[in-house]
Amino acid sequence: MRRGSTGLTLVSGLAMLFLYGPILVLVLYSFNAAHLSMAWRGTTLKWYAALWHDEALLAATANSLFIAAISTIGATVLGGLMALGMERMPLRRQQLIEGGLVLPLIIPEVMLGVALMLLFVMLKMPLGLTTVILGHIVFNIPLVTIMIRTRLRKLDPALREAAADLGADSWQVFRHVTLPLLRPAIWGAVLVAFTVSLDDFLVTFFTAGPGATTLPLKVYSMIKSGVTPEINALSALLLLISMACVALSLHLQRREV
Amino acid sequence: MPSHDLSSPPAPGQSICRSCWLAAPGLLWMGLFFLAPLALVFAISFASRGTYGGIVWEFTAANYLDLWHPLYGKILGQSLWYASLTTAICFVLGFPLAYMIARSPARWQPVLLLLVMLPFWTNFLVRTYAWMIVLRQDGLLNGLLLALGIVDAPLELLYTPTAVVIGLVYGYLPFMVLPLYVAVERLDPLLVEAAWDLYASRWAIFTRVVVPLTMPGIVGGCVLVFIPSIGSFITPDLLGGARSMMIGNLIQHEYLVVRDWPLGSAVSFVLMAIVMAAVALYYRHAARTAGPTEKR
Repeated sequence: MRRGSTGLTLVSGLAMLFLYGPILVLVLYSFNAAHLSMAWRGTTLKWYAALWHDEALLAATANSLFIAAISTIGATVLGGLMALGMERMPLRRQQLIEGGLVLPLIIPEVMLGVALMLLFVMLKMPLGLTTVILGHIVFNIPLVTIMIRTRLRKLDPALREAAADLGADSWQVFRHVTLPLLRPAIWGAVLVAFTVSLDDFLVTFFTAGPGATTLPLKVYSMIKSGVTPEINALSALLLLISMACVALSLHLQRREV
Repeated sequence: MPSHDLSSPPAPGQSICRSCWLAAPGLLWMGLFFLAPLALVFAISFASRGTYGGIVWEFTAANYLDLWHPLYGKILGQSLWYASLTTAICFVLGFPLAYMIARSPARWQPVLLLLVMLPFWTNFLVRTYAWMIVLRQDGLLNGLLLALGIVDAPLELLYTPTAVVIGLVYGYLPFMVLPLYVAVERLDPLLVEAAWDLYASRWAIFTRVVVPLTMPGIVGGCVLVFIPSIGSFITPDLLGGARSMMIGNLIQHEYLVVRDWPLGSAVSFVLMAIVMAAVALYYRHAARTAGPTEKR
């Protein structure tokens, strides 16, 4: 079995270098004092400091957090209710809805973006924070529904039946049995929805109007309009935040088991 | 939902449950903000463009016929080519990686999988930007190649099709590794062992034992890489030049720059048709392989 494993290890090592090399380079360069050239001019933290004084950047961050918070709440409520509602449906209908929910996840995001933009323009809705939030809820509902549904199906029906046998009405069963058992899945879904919303570029790109610039839109325009070292520092920070979110979500999942 | 009498006992197979209505708000939302906009795009793809960029509601198939124009045909063709190439490279890189992970000690496997997945969870723009630093004319790769004396003058790497494919492979490699890992993990090592004992060559073992038995994972991984690659916008926008445009860029261009919404809508539906074809291919394969294994 071990035969031929050197070649395998070599290719795997190269693949890992490929995956992490660019990220490490980016983080390293965020500490480079040189302004324009790629040459190394000593380490500095000034690009990170500059981020704190960039008003537009701070405003974009605030927009992003606001959009992510509202759309996460909206998607978690709608998606959670959907997961609960689907449970008792005939199997065929459950499969139909499940199939439909996969659709927003597989169609190209650029298409979802233009479709929403067209709808809002046709409805004469001004593009802004509201339209972005409406759009973010669309791609987060399937994620939330699927995650909560997966947990719901793993629950032992005997637990809820026992509560009902002991005289609990359907609300009490939900409040005191189902909901506590679902809690880790709900928090997991919240975290994923929040992260996806925070990271989204394309749907936001097409549905945001002036004054609704989010962090990814700001990053995009910084990358497009000539590169300043500030963008390296911002990128490194965003990488750090993403990694922290993954760590938190793994921690939640571990507790769930 | 069909109307029904709540007081009568539910007939088998019919939905008579009050809790089912909990799904209604979410379904309504998806109907309003997902299905309706798609239907709108579909309808507009058969309309025509007004003189000042608006929409004239007159049925025409002209937008779809316009797509046969060599300019659009070229963009469609190169999108398919970049996405296919990306899928192939992901397979070549991903298979050894998945194989190594699946055959490493059990307690290492989750850690290694996490290492493969971790970059995927970071912001896509940031990851793509990282490649701009590496591939730039005065970037790291050129610096390395010059220092090692492999090239005399810096290579033109950024804003080329090569850069686009590198970016796509980088973005979607995890989608290849995960399904392959699952497939290889299920592959009985004794079967490979037996092939060795029967003096099969390494290539024969790979093509006649490993590949057939991990086919579901291979098809799954390829479809999962192909779909986001064909629909990508950010990668070709940042790493590609004007000549390495993909379908996603064409859609954005038609909508926001040229303001020809009907044509942009037609392009969108062609893209969606390609994605759906890939999905259908996957389900057909899954249905075909599920049959015999269940009988066994």
